[in-house]
Amino acid sequence: MPLNAQIPSGPLAQKWEQYKFDLKLINPANKRKFDLLVVGSGLAGASAAAALAELGYRVKCFCFQDSPRRAHSISAQGGINAAKNYANDGDSVYRLFYDTLKGGDFRAREANVYRLAQVSGAIIDQCVAQGVPFAREYGGLLANRSFGGAQVSRTFYARGQTGQQLLLGAYQALCRQIGLGTVKMFPRTEMLDLVVVDGHAQGIVVRDLVTGQISSHAGDAVVLATGGYSNVFFLSTNAKGCNVTAIWRAYKKGAFFANPCYTQIHPTCIPVSGEHQSKLTLMSESLRNDGRVWVPLNKADRAKPPAAIPETDRDYFLERKYPSYGNLAPRDISSRAAKEACDAGRGVGPGGLGVYLDFADAIQRLGQPIIRDRYGNLFDMYEKITGENASQAPMRIYPAVHYTMGGTWVDYNLMSTLPGLFVIGEANFSDHGANRLGASALMQGLADGYFVLPYTLGHYLATAKRPRPATSRAEFKQAEADTRAFIQRLLTIKGKRTPTSLHRELGRLLWEKCGMARNETGLREALRRIPELRAEFWQNVNVPGESGDLNQSLEYAGRVADFMEFAELLCHDALHRRESCGGHFREEFQTPDGEARRDDQNFAYVAAWEYQGLEKPPVLHKEPLQYEEISMSTRSYA
Amino acid sequence: MNLTLKVWRQKNAATPGRFQTYPARNLSPDMSFLEMLDVVNEDLITRGEEPIAFDSDCREGICGMCSIVINGIPHGGHHGTAACQLHLRHFQDGDTLTLEPWRAKAFPLIKDLIVNRTALDRIIQAGGFVSVSTGGTPDANALPVPKDIADRAMDAAACIGCGACVAVCKNASAMLFVAAKVSHLNLLPQGKAEKDRRVLNLVKQMDMEGFGGCTVTGSCEAVCPKEISLSFIARMNRDYGAAIIKS
Repeated sequence: MPLNAQIPSGPLAQKWEQYKFDLKLINPANKRKFDLLVVGSGLAGASAAAALAELGYRVKCFCFQDSPRRAHSISAQGGINAAKNYANDGDSVYRLFYDTLKGGDFRAREANVYRLAQVSGAIIDQCVAQGVPFAREYGGLLANRSFGGAQVSRTFYARGQTGQQLLLGAYQALCRQIGLGTVKMFPRTEMLDLVVVDGHAQGIVVRDLVTGQISSHAGDAVVLATGGYSNVFFLSTNAKGCNVTAIWRAYKKGAFFANPCYTQIHPTCIPVSGEHQSKLTLMSESLRNDGRVWVPLNKADRAKPPAAIPETDRDYFLERKYPSYGNLAPRDISSRAAKEACDAGRGVGPGGLGVYLDFADAIQRLGQPIIRDRYGNLFDMYEKITGENASQAPMRIYPAVHYTMGGTWVDYNLMSTLPGLFVIGEANFSDHGANRLGASALMQGLADGYFVLPYTLGHYLATAKRPRPATSRAEFKQAEADTRAFIQRLLTIKGKRTPTSLHRELGRLLWEKCGMARNETGLREALRRIPELRAEFWQNVNVPGESGDLNQSLEYAGRVADFMEFAELLCHDALHRRESCGGHFREEFQTPDGEARRDDQNFAYVAAWEYQGLEKPPVLHKEPLQYEEISMSTRSYA
Repeated sequence: MNLTLKVWRQKNAATPGRFQTYPARNLSPDMSFLEMLDVVNEDLITRGEEPIAFDSDCREGICGMCSIVINGIPHGGHHGTAACQLHLRHFQDGDTLTLEPWRAKAFPLIKDLIVNRTALDRIIQAGGFVSVSTGGTPDANALPVPKDIADRAMDAAACIGCGACVAVCKNASAMLFVAAKVSHLNLLPQGKAEKDRRVLNLVKQMDMEGFGGCTVTGSCEAVCPKEISLSFIARMNRDYGAAIIKS
């Protein structure tokens, strides 16, 4: 069955305007009769909850953290793109649209990306009006900077804390609605199941993380804004709590999961220092504007102090391989080049898993103060973690999993294959194709929440016309009973291994077999080992404590249990996609000089998977990617 | 390296708590403080004991979730560093460390090192925002903001809402937190329209939540992981005075 993405007809540039006019509206006095459930309070969730409440809907918002302000959007450093053309350097909606589509290696849906570029300007207007303290020029107007994968300056930023400031803007808008009584906030509350009534998503089952109480909430629609699944790799730059649970359980209730194999590896992270490592820290890729990436030319030199390696014995591999973009090559390309150097035994630091990012030339050229001014906070962060001063010795960096482009399949309305279930932000698959450009995640989260969902969700409510079910219905009672049984099962195993040790083993397996580079043999092996590891988890995990209490091990074990299932779908998708594109690099499909070889003939589609039960392979549904406006080209940054 | 930890253990608010001593062995100086706690917890789980409950999420010093008083100082007392960014190389082999939760009347204890900080959210809900709804806002460049004003607002907006300022204060005052939000928004032209009611409402809510008064000892600034300046408190007091006179 080909999927219907509900893309409106008409010329690309007019689709959204026309569609907004065609959408059904709900009378302001009637909006307050609808209860909407928003799960997650990051950029997408908080902005959606606030915007929907402003319109008059009654909203309940849930987050597992102690406050909606903690969501992982807060960690984004670099900035947010918008086609404002304030820099007068030739930017336009069309250019942002094209850059995003090209950056995504022509695996994103054209109409969605165009709409994203169209609303990007309004996001900046909105955030400025909220009091987001963006960087400014001396004349008082907004400052812009450039970012990887683009040749114009269209990135708005607030020091190295853009995500924090945008999230606080959305959080404050949400707080205003909470204060007005239009949003009821449920912090420290985790969604553990989706409730489907007559084929429509109409409720959720949650666990109060403080009391352990399981309860149900019914709504006229459910919005998931629960972020990405990078933590399936155990080590990633995501916050510790990030998980796949909400969208995974929705998948098991019938919402198709799209393109899980599109995972993004960020090239500039601080390398792993030992077995104890709990997460990885990203350093903004803006560092690559002035830093030069190199490894020793000879294996024998890798243990030497960098200063002792003469210029002639260094390999500046990005400059060598990509002379025109040099150290600013896109994320996926830079990451793979670093891995290649380390695989060849030329990596530096513990375990040989690192490459140098050297500022010596830039310091000589521009002077210490200018470099400090540009990157001071990043140098400080590096020093806090490694104890080393990057202005005296080169930094060591290594790629790490950072963002996941895949997610719940949604149509143009951001609605999943389950009517009434909307999925926004990183949790959906929609806009970044096979690779996301820097400074585009924040843009997408806020576009979905402020400017797309409030329109499309209203249309659904106006047309579905369904009664809101009572939580006493059998569907709710069943979901609650299943959730309790799942928790009890985890608590009664009392085996020998901790959830962390099993998660770490899963992560290592995925990183090796389904990480930066993948091949058929490795993926098949992973697909053989994941069910074994899952069986081991369910026989031998040790979850201490009880269910009627704050129990962090229990929360975590539940998330790991879902990763154990999800990992299989991830590898399955990676195995089926016999091409290389964006973040998905299959070793069998590369050009003689090691570049990704895309196969538009056979793979220009979105792979949306339908759950069939754990023991059966999922069913593939294809959404063909048809480009009306642009023609697909080979991505080249050489 | 090896450390000895004296950790506050408390099942819930209704049960009295106490310090319990745990050895932390075979540590690496490159570990973060929270990774050290992870290791101790792994050990506790393996031995069939309940792990130490503590809050953390981003582990990059920006989400504000981590909240441990280490040797009497919130976040451990390293300049501009949240507990999650603190590394063991700052300690000596054989050190004994005391770990406690944030202690304040407005932060009721939940378990072990975890407290409830929703009082801070309620302060923001009382007026820590600009009352604009989505859509219909003017072009972002329609209203220029002088760079020094924008930078100053950003200095205040950098607050991560961890509550260390409250935990260290002898009066458990939330003045630095409130002053940071008032200053961030009151400095910017976008926030000017609600300047007076904002400061009045935030201060009123802070008092209602049971935070103490400010005696300007400056301990809050000293432990703030984002180094929010005490001068914002003086700034807020000016706004407050002006608003009171007008009201």
